[in-house]
Amino acid sequence: MGNVVALASMLEGRQVWRGRAAHAPTGDQPTGWPTLDEALPSGGWPEASLTEILLPADGVGELQLLLPTLARCTQAGQAVVVIAPPYMPYAPGWEARGVVMSRVDIVSADPRDVLWAAEQCLRSGSCAAVLAWPTQADDRALRRLQVAADTGKALAFVFRDRRHAAQASPAALRLELETQPTLQLRVRKCRGGNAPSRPVALPAGWS
Amino acid sequence: MLWACVLLPHLALDGVLRRRPSCDAPLALVSGSAQTRTLFAVNTPARAAGLYRGQRLTAAQALLSQFETVEYDPAATEHWHRLLAAWAYRYSSEVVVFPHAIVLEVSKSLGLFGPWPRFEAQLREDLTALGFRHRIALAPGAQAAYVLAGVHDGLAVMTPDALQRALAPIALRYARLPDGAGTSLPAMGIRTLGQLLRLPRDGLQRRFGASLLAYLDRLSGVAPELMEAYRPPDTFELRMEWTHEIEHVEALMFPLRRLIGDLATYLAGRDGGVQRFVLELEHRSTAPTRVVVGLLAAEREAAWLFECARGRLERQQLPQPVVAMRVIARELPPFVPAGRDLFDTRPANAMPLDQLRERLRARLGERAIQHLRRTIDPRPEYAQTTADDTRLPEAMTETLPRPTWLLDRPIPLHGPSPTILAGPERLETGWWDGGDLRRDYYVVRTSQGQCAWVFCPPGEPGRWMLHGWFA
Repeated sequence: MGNVVALASMLEGRQVWRGRAAHAPTGDQPTGWPTLDEALPSGGWPEASLTEILLPADGVGELQLLLPTLARCTQAGQAVVVIAPPYMPYAPGWEARGVVMSRVDIVSADPRDVLWAAEQCLRSGSCAAVLAWPTQADDRALRRLQVAADTGKALAFVFRDRRHAAQASPAALRLELETQPTLQLRVRKCRGGNAPSRPVALPAGWS
Repeated sequence: MLWACVLLPHLALDGVLRRRPSCDAPLALVSGSAQTRTLFAVNTPARAAGLYRGQRLTAAQALLSQFETVEYDPAATEHWHRLLAAWAYRYSSEVVVFPHAIVLEVSKSLGLFGPWPRFEAQLREDLTALGFRHRIALAPGAQAAYVLAGVHDGLAVMTPDALQRALAPIALRYARLPDGAGTSLPAMGIRTLGQLLRLPRDGLQRRFGASLLAYLDRLSGVAPELMEAYRPPDTFELRMEWTHEIEHVEALMFPLRRLIGDLATYLAGRDGGVQRFVLELEHRSTAPTRVVVGLLAAEREAAWLFECARGRLERQQLPQPVVAMRVIARELPPFVPAGRDLFDTRPANAMPLDQLRERLRARLGERAIQHLRRTIDPRPEYAQTTADDTRLPEAMTETLPRPTWLLDRPIPLHGPSPTILAGPERLETGWWDGGDLRRDYYVVRTSQGQCAWVFCPPGEPGRWMLHGWFA
């Protein structure tokens, strides 16, 4: 016999897949969108792990999804790093949604340095959330980010094009943004539970 | 008072050897004019081959067909001497520079650095890491410690009585007597310091003058010693030169590590840090390449400074091979260690945010990390700045829709005509600084479902210019 492991702790840690959906605990990292929190098995973002967000195009509502989380982190005095964003963040728009811009580091990096910078930030343990837009990332690179996020206990968000949806991904959570018929979110993969079959609607980003 | 003497018998040779990776090839320092070249110092393999100090270079070349010669540079030796004095300043506030030696007062330092055996081991460990061979002796007087270090390595004499007993058997030629007395006294049958100290003083004064008596008084601790204490300089500058040319940045790493290590030694002795230093790479014919290493806060740890310098050096393109490298640090602010919370909840391997920023800046460039700040300007192009020195406006919340991405410059919006969601919002300002604009801003939904922030000239809806995304 190996070590005796309490079954309850494994079930609560969501390390065992169970056919019947268990009661969702309230997560420590709420997304800020109650409907999305309900749909996710961890009740929010998976802690200390990688979330991959697949987009049909830049600017469809990916920041809308994350800004409540960033606002919560920065208002608590934690640092957020944004690595190689496709456009310049516009401070009035971010501040209107409650983000404290002095705690947001915007890092400009060459395409080949994006993954390195993201890993450094995640591993450092001094950032609450890291947002990265890598141009070339294979599953090995994503696994490195997943390990780094686990080491540094940080939330990692990686934005990639929708055409990568067919590839396998080591991310703990994979979300796909869709703009038709309205802005909605499809959970492609979530660790510790069944991915909900129905998309989650998000309000449009401009209001 | 207790004085420790660190005698550096091979200062010039060690200063040369420590700059190159260790090797067993024979090497000699050469001095003298072109006609009378003589060996100034030889390393161990060369001595084993029969070379010795003071030998003529031609004679040495007859003995050994191949050995490396380096020109003896008194200025460089003097420089190493100063560096070691700065190192000793870390352990004592009273440091005196003697020829080929450094003497430091340690009676007050013993309380901090432990009993003498442990303190001595610490000194030896530091000197070995710096690459200097040494002999150490401890005595109640500086001059006595200097003399004892020349005779015994590791001798520690704590009391004046023991000092008399330790000095008595020392031969006069090792006693560093002034004015050549050390050569004439043995001819009179006086061979040891003990014999000399027992001679009548008036006779000695008649024969050798007052200087010998004054020296003996200082040596035995009867008269006070007047010495000029060392004061560390306010700037740091160190140059390293090679006989060959270095073409690749990777090959610069070993000398860089030595230079940065010396800088850190100096900083620790001064209890200071460095916030900005310059690496100057000298070439044979063009102007030197300057690599500025700027840090966000004062640092002094050698490994960390080396990593910051390496990150910047690795991105450097060398226009020509490098023949010499120089480290210049002029601004040496006081070092303030970063405060850490006792009950820090972060993981054990965590790196502080400032160090993370340094690491990113070192690889990605000085301006890679930006912080955005609002300004009071309503024009979107000027509504935020990355500069640090702007005054923050009072907290104001925008009630009108503002996008989260902003394009660097507006571009025409192509494709089918979008659906207008909100607007217009007229911005008409900037006449005072030439950036005059007159625009009607709308929020539209494109055919692909994105929410865009577009504008058009007043009264001409349809000619949409895209300026931002509501991502």
